[in-house]
Amino acid sequence: MKVRLKIWRQKNSKSKGAFATYDFDGVSPEMSFLEMLDALNTKLVQEGREPVAFDHDCREGICGSCGMYINGYPHSPVPGITTCHLSMRYFNDGDTITVEPWRAKTFPVIKDLMVDRSAFDKIQVAGGFISVNTGAAPDSNSIPCRKKHADEAFDSASCIGCGACVAACKNASAMLFLSAKISQLALLPQGRIEAKERVREMVSVMDELGFGNCSNTGACEAQCPKGIKLTNIARLNREYYKAF
Amino acid sequence: MIKLDAKIPEGPIAEKWTRYKQSVNLVNPANKKKLDIIVIGTGLAGAGAASALGELGYNVKNFCFQDSPRRAHSVAAQGGINAAKNYKNDGDSIYRLFYDMIKGGDFRAREANVYRAAEVSNDVIDHYTAQGVPFARDYGGTLDNRSFGGVQVSRTFYAKGQTGQQCLLGAYSSLNRQIKLGTVKMFPRREMLELVLIDGKARGIIARNLITGELERHSAHAVVLATGGYGTIYYLSTLAVNSNASAAWKAHRKGALFANPSFVQIHPTSVPQLNDYQAKLTLMSESLRNDGRIWVPKNKDEKRHPNDIPEEERDYFLERRYPAFGNLVPRDVASRAAKERCDAGYGVGKTGLAVNLDFRDAIKKQGKKAIESKYGNLFEMYETITGSDPYDEPMKIYPAGHYTMGGLWVDYELMTTIPGLYAIGESNFSDHGANRLGACSLMQAAGDGYFILPNTISNYLAPEIKTGKIPTDGKEFGEAEKSVTDRINKLLSISGKQTVTSFHKRLGRIMWDYCGMSRNSEGLTKALKMVNELEEEFWKDVNVPGSSDEVNQEIEKAGRVADYFELAKLMITDALHRKESCGAHFREESQTPEGEAMRNDAEFAYVAAWQFNESEKTHTLHKEMLSFVEVEMKERSYK
Ligand SMILES: Cc1cc2nc3c(=O)[nH]c(=O)nc-3n(C[C@H](O)[C@H](O)[C@H](O)COP(=O)(O)OP(=O)(O)OC[C@H]3O[C@@H](n4cnc5c(N)ncnc54)[C@H](O)[C@@H]3O)c2cc1C
Ligand code: SF4
Ligand code: FES
Repeated sequence: MKVRLKIWRQKNSKSKGAFATYDFDGVSPEMSFLEMLDALNTKLVQEGREPVAFDHDCREGICGSCGMYINGYPHSPVPGITTCHLSMRYFNDGDTITVEPWRAKTFPVIKDLMVDRSAFDKIQVAGGFISVNTGAAPDSNSIPCRKKHADEAFDSASCIGCGACVAACKNASAMLFLSAKISQLALLPQGRIEAKERVREMVSVMDELGFGNCSNTGACEAQCPKGIKLTNIARLNREYYKAF
Repeated sequence: MIKLDAKIPEGPIAEKWTRYKQSVNLVNPANKKKLDIIVIGTGLAGAGAASALGELGYNVKNFCFQDSPRRAHSVAAQGGINAAKNYKNDGDSIYRLFYDMIKGGDFRAREANVYRAAEVSNDVIDHYTAQGVPFARDYGGTLDNRSFGGVQVSRTFYAKGQTGQQCLLGAYSSLNRQIKLGTVKMFPRREMLELVLIDGKARGIIARNLITGELERHSAHAVVLATGGYGTIYYLSTLAVNSNASAAWKAHRKGALFANPSFVQIHPTSVPQLNDYQAKLTLMSESLRNDGRIWVPKNKDEKRHPNDIPEEERDYFLERRYPAFGNLVPRDVASRAAKERCDAGYGVGKTGLAVNLDFRDAIKKQGKKAIESKYGNLFEMYETITGSDPYDEPMKIYPAGHYTMGGLWVDYELMTTIPGLYAIGESNFSDHGANRLGACSLMQAAGDGYFILPNTISNYLAPEIKTGKIPTDGKEFGEAEKSVTDRINKLLSISGKQTVTSFHKRLGRIMWDYCGMSRNSEGLTKALKMVNELEEEFWKDVNVPGSSDEVNQEIEKAGRVADYFELAKLMITDALHRKESCGAHFREESQTPEGEAMRNDAEFAYVAAWQFNESEKTHTLHKEMLSFVEVEMKERSYK
């Protein structure tokens, strides 16, 4: 099949980018979207042109490296999956596909479809941990935890840090991302001890970094590839009010 | 002349580690901050080591090539992590875990190291739990276990199908705590491209900043490699696509011996290749074999839909060949049996390189609901990738390169043959012999990083407190940096016609065909010649576009593939010299009349550690003889 690709090309963080159009033949419906980009890159290299830069690694939806807008949708027009899991089966012969990097001032473009998400790490450094030294842990079963809470903590912990929630939000809010960590640790007995300091410091760093506010639109939840729920944000808010 | 000394402590096996720790040299807390340690890698091994060393008070610099430490390849592990907790009261113990690993590794691992890995496994689970890793729990609130990888006890801790991700996020959280406290400085998007030796000791690295292209010099009193495995040498594998061997290979070229390079585990259940542009093979968890039945048609030119093939025309080849273990035989056995059927012309799917994994009977017996609760997310993932629904028709699966037991040779202290250079996690060779058991790799990587290395490294660092900061402007750093610059410039200047990836694919194909699941002297000899020719062609005709002072993913790939040619030749050499079958290494010349692997303990009960000779670009073999005191050497049989 043949597709027309409109891809954002930007040499580096300082230059201004623009869309470039590539008519690309020979796409097989069995390719993943990123494999289609690999194939395009092969062609570009062979023609002596620069390949399109994009982040990727596991190619199975778990590392959180990949991510781009495809026809305006963060990650993918098919909900609930990462870009690397999108298959070309979902497109038709002759389609035009527009591909752009995450747009958020907290995620500056590095090159083409690659963005700088180090702000996410900074939020985690602020308090996304339990202060336990190696060797100091008690026997695992000495801290029982209700199965329901453990399961919910797992659901929150499954965030892959991809940034689609920020990219989907008109305010570029990182609340879904932050709330996932806060919820995970708030639900576990081990995490309660530092709950107050954690939420205060993480929220404060998130605000300093320039992420926007949450206006309850829910675009983040709709685009999150890992099904992180808005209820996490509600829990974050409760934890935050309790922390003062 | 190198003399391999594993430095195994005296005493009964169960006391070696305790005795070691009692007598090891320590560094006074006040002196630790005078010592710099570089840790390359942020997987369970690297992030674990960096945070544990930071907690102790050392100055740690931690590197990874991803944009965040949280994305290291460990994130992709699915099934679980073992520990000898015996929470199930089913007779498990440190000894039994040790025994299973020695036997599973087909008697090609070092007893003392394996015992210690089993010994620290319990501390690993406790530490992860304390970090907030949400392992699966029972209704009473305690941790749940499952049985995994064909062992007789339930010792596997898990977090749905995302155990690696959850453990890694735990490790990442402790790392973040140390970053905040200032003991660890994190350098993401950096690739180590050279090791720097001063007076024969590991003293630093040259790293490329993958955003600016700048080459950076970093010095330290010790360097720790936690850089993972090299399964991507096959191009298609279950590993994250950027995984590579370059850091380990650079160390090897500088004098670190590389052990058992040809020992590679091929996992039996991955989604088969669907198209020529495919970049990776997605693993389907081993747990599926608990309920799925593996079969191919008995008829060679079968055209019918699998559901229309009657029972008597199906060949459940694992159940047929291994009635005692059936579909649950170990990975290497299952992989070879699938390959055998496909090579004989019975494979299914478009390419004939796949076998059926069928849940029909399990669904009939247990109901769709039960199957959904066990494998729902895996079935969904399979459908996302292939478009076919495993509730309605069998999955198609095929073996794929998965784990490298080979790696840098290390002694009991996890130090390589270069003083001050350590290798931990999948990047070393130590604990899995010729075949790794399921859920033992996360366990080993974490154990190395959290509990072993932080205790052994002080033995080396104790006399270093007087050394002072190591300057990076000396001639050794200069030469190392120049060699990196020269190589990058060389790659850029070739301006040939073929892409890096096309070379990687061709290399992968050679390795898969001749140095994969099944090997023979003729094929290996041929492969060696083919790799040599391909390597020559690469250095004449590769096309690396762009420049070196910017993001350039083609340069990154080119360097990795260039190193893979060299490693490929060593893998082949190693496979060729080991004229026995053991674990995942199957030499066709060494099999029983029934086609089962035949070990040769009289000649090959050793670790093959290879030394690189810079002048002639050849390798010298050193043997670390293995003795089995605790576990009697037995044939591995799954009949
Ligand atoms: C699909 C899959 C599923 C698996 N499931 C399981 C399982 O269920 N249970 C189990 O026990 N094992 C499993 N394994 C194996 C296990 O995941 C790995 O062996 C283990 O995670 C390796 O950890 P590591 O810390 O040694 O290295 P990795 O996690 O591979 O980390 C390597 C690190 O090194 C860095 N690095 C590498 N080279 C350089 C360089 N030159 N410069 C800078 N940084 C560099 C990378 O950035 C990365 O941070 C699985 C493996 C795969 C492929
Ligand atoms: S909350 Fe969802 S969208 Fe946001 S970073 Fe996590 S996984 Fe990605
Ligand atoms: S590449 Fe890892 S999530 Fe897409």
